[in-house]
Order: sequence, then structure tokens, then C-alpha cells
Amino acid sequence: MTAALALGDDALVLSHRLGEWAGHAPVLEEEVALANIALDLLGQARMLLSFVGDEDQLAYLREERAFRNVQLVEQPNGDFAHTMARQLYFSVYQHLLYEELAAGEGEFADLAAKAVKEVAYHRDHAEQWVLRLGDGTAESHERMQLGLDALWRFTGELFEPVGGVDIDRSALSDRWLAAVTSVVERATLTVPSGPQSGAWAAGAGRQGLHTEPFGRMLAEMQHLHRSHPGASW
Amino acid sequence: MVTTETPLEAELHRLAGSVPDPELPVLTLDELGVLRGVRVDGPDKVTVRLTPTYTGCPAIEAMSADIERVLLDHGVAEVSVVTVLAPAWSTDNISDEGRRKLAEFGIAPPRQGGGPGGPVPLTLSVRCPHCGSTDTELLSRFSSTACKALRRCVACREPFDHFKEL
Repeated sequence: MTAALALGDDALVLSHRLGEWAGHAPVLEEEVALANIALDLLGQARMLLSFVGDEDQLAYLREERAFRNVQLVEQPNGDFAHTMARQLYFSVYQHLLYEELAAGEGEFADLAAKAVKEVAYHRDHAEQWVLRLGDGTAESHERMQLGLDALWRFTGELFEPVGGVDIDRSALSDRWLAAVTSVVERATLTVPSGPQSGAWAAGAGRQGLHTEPFGRMLAEMQHLHRSHPGASW
Repeated sequence: MVTTETPLEAELHRLAGSVPDPELPVLTLDELGVLRGVRVDGPDKVTVRLTPTYTGCPAIEAMSADIERVLLDHGVAEVSVVTVLAPAWSTDNISDEGRRKLAEFGIAPPRQGGGPGGPVPLTLSVRCPHCGSTDTELLSRFSSTACKALRRCVACREPFDHFKEL
């Protein structure tokens, strides 16, 4: 239950954040791409939350402190480079995690085997953008670096143990760092040097403690359902 | 499915499989490869197993409703459509006839050999469904639906959708 909630909330919250780009993306193709990625994540969230209970109840009627997503996914979109930094950090993690879950025999193996193929496209999308922006103009390079730096302190939480997910977290963390480093360096950018975890880093989302922007995001995500319970079209 | 279908089940399978895909109506569900089996559970009670293309594919609800309607119209009293995930759907499940219809419809069919990261797809070019040129370029990995990528033909300059490998 803990694991389904944690992984399901990660997918749900990031899906909503990516959906916020609708009508705001720099070009039409990116608007469509981000909406497609959000849709994949929403599908994963629905299946994961259904392991726990009623998906609508869980998505729309829980209070902030009942959510178990990592703080990385709830961070506001910022500029496009900032969103791509978040996408790189998260999609590399999710791809490696799902690969491992798909190879196992746990309760998420079937879902992971399906979702890993979708997430491979998300990861590729993020990597290609980090390369283009990092190795682009002086302006895009600077903004991409700012995005990577700003979100770095949220990445340690990705590798904290989650009850019910029986994998080697420290090996996962090593593989994640190697993959992210490879992309960042090819993009002529610098891997941030600050702490990923510890007193100066962030990360208590799995315990239900969230950053300030998350409450506002939930208010927007939930208000329609709360105002019109059971509404549908 | 390991178990074989009875003649009645095969007949109902054929009916359910003939339902057109709600987003790509040139294809039937059978050609798309999403129908996993039909089982008669009792007098007038039928269970249909359906697998989604993508986990978030919104078409699955329309597919379920269409299958139910077709079987109810055929006289089955109770139809339940269940979603199964394993084994995960792949574009390799699209039949040859389905691929032919996609190309005819103006959508470049997926290449054989599975999903992203596989060794084959990246080395074979995607053929333009309009002029047949293999000189085409990727515009975006994501297009009008999650299952398609947007490409452009360098020869005839027409943009086109490509059913991307999964």
C-alpha cells in the first residue's frame, strides 16, 4: 500500500504539473509532447492508486499531508529549462526503477513492464532537450544550468527506501548519477555540487511533508471535484 | 491465451474484434492487437479481456463500451470487459493487414522489433506514407495521440504521423 501510494502520487502530481504547460509551451509540438507525457503518467497513477482504493477519492479528496509523492515532482514548472531539469532527474529515475520492477515478480511487475516503455520516451525527450539547451546559446545554457542547480537538492529523496519496493536503492542511485552525469556533461553543463540529501537538502514528501507551492497546486487540482462531487461528462 | 476458444467464443471474439478503434477507425481492435480473449462464463454471460496500448490511453473506455454494445446487440445478456496488462501490448501486435491500412490512411506504420531503446528501430528509416520516400525526419517524439510521433518527409515536404514503436 505504501509503495503504490508513493509511486502513484509521484505520477499523479507530475502529471498535473506538466498539464499546466497546456496553452503556455514555447511551441505547439512541445505543448503536445508535455501533454502526452502527462497523460502517460496519469494512466500510471490511476492504476497505482487503484491498488490502494478509489482513484478519484484518493486524487481529489485527500489533504496535502496525506500525499506521499517526492517533493521534486511538486516543484513549480518555472521556465522551460527548469521543467526539463525536473523531467531529466525524474524520468531517468523512473525509467531505472521501472526496469528493475519489471524484471522482478512483485505486485507492480506487470504495470512496470508496460510503463517502462512509455517512460523510455519521456527520458529520451528530456535528454534531447537538456543537450539542446545546454549546448545551445549562452542564454539557454545559463537557464538550463540554473534549472539543474535549483532542483538538485530534491534529488536525494528519490533514493530513500519505500516500504514494499524491494530494490537496492544505493545501486539505483549510483546508476542514476552515472546516467545524469553523462547527459549533463555532453550538454557542456556542470553536475551540481551541493548536497542531494541531509540537513541542507530537501525531501520529506514520502512522510507527507510538502513544500509551500504544493498546497496551491492541490487547491487548483481538487477544487472542481470538491465543488461538484461526482460530476462527470 | 493458452486455452482454446469454443466455436461460440470464437464467433463472439470475431464480433468484438471487428469493432473499429475509436481513434483510428481504419483499424479494427483485432488488427490493433488489443483483444486478448473472449470467454463464455455461463448462460448469456461473457467476459472480454482487453489490453490498453498505453496505460493512459483514454480510448480504452470507448473500446469497452463499443464491445459491450456489439455483444449486447448480438443477444448476449451480460458482458463484462476487463483490462489486462500482461503481457504488455507492443506495436508488434499490430497485424500485417493493420499495418497496410495505417499506411494507406496516411500514418507510417511502426517498425517491427519492439519498443524504444531496441537496436533495430533507430537504424531503419520511416517511409513517407504520401510519396514513399525514405528520406524523412523526426519533428517531435509526441504527436496528436500518445502512440504517434510527428515526422516530415524531406522529399515531398509533407508532415505525417508515425505510429511509433512501443
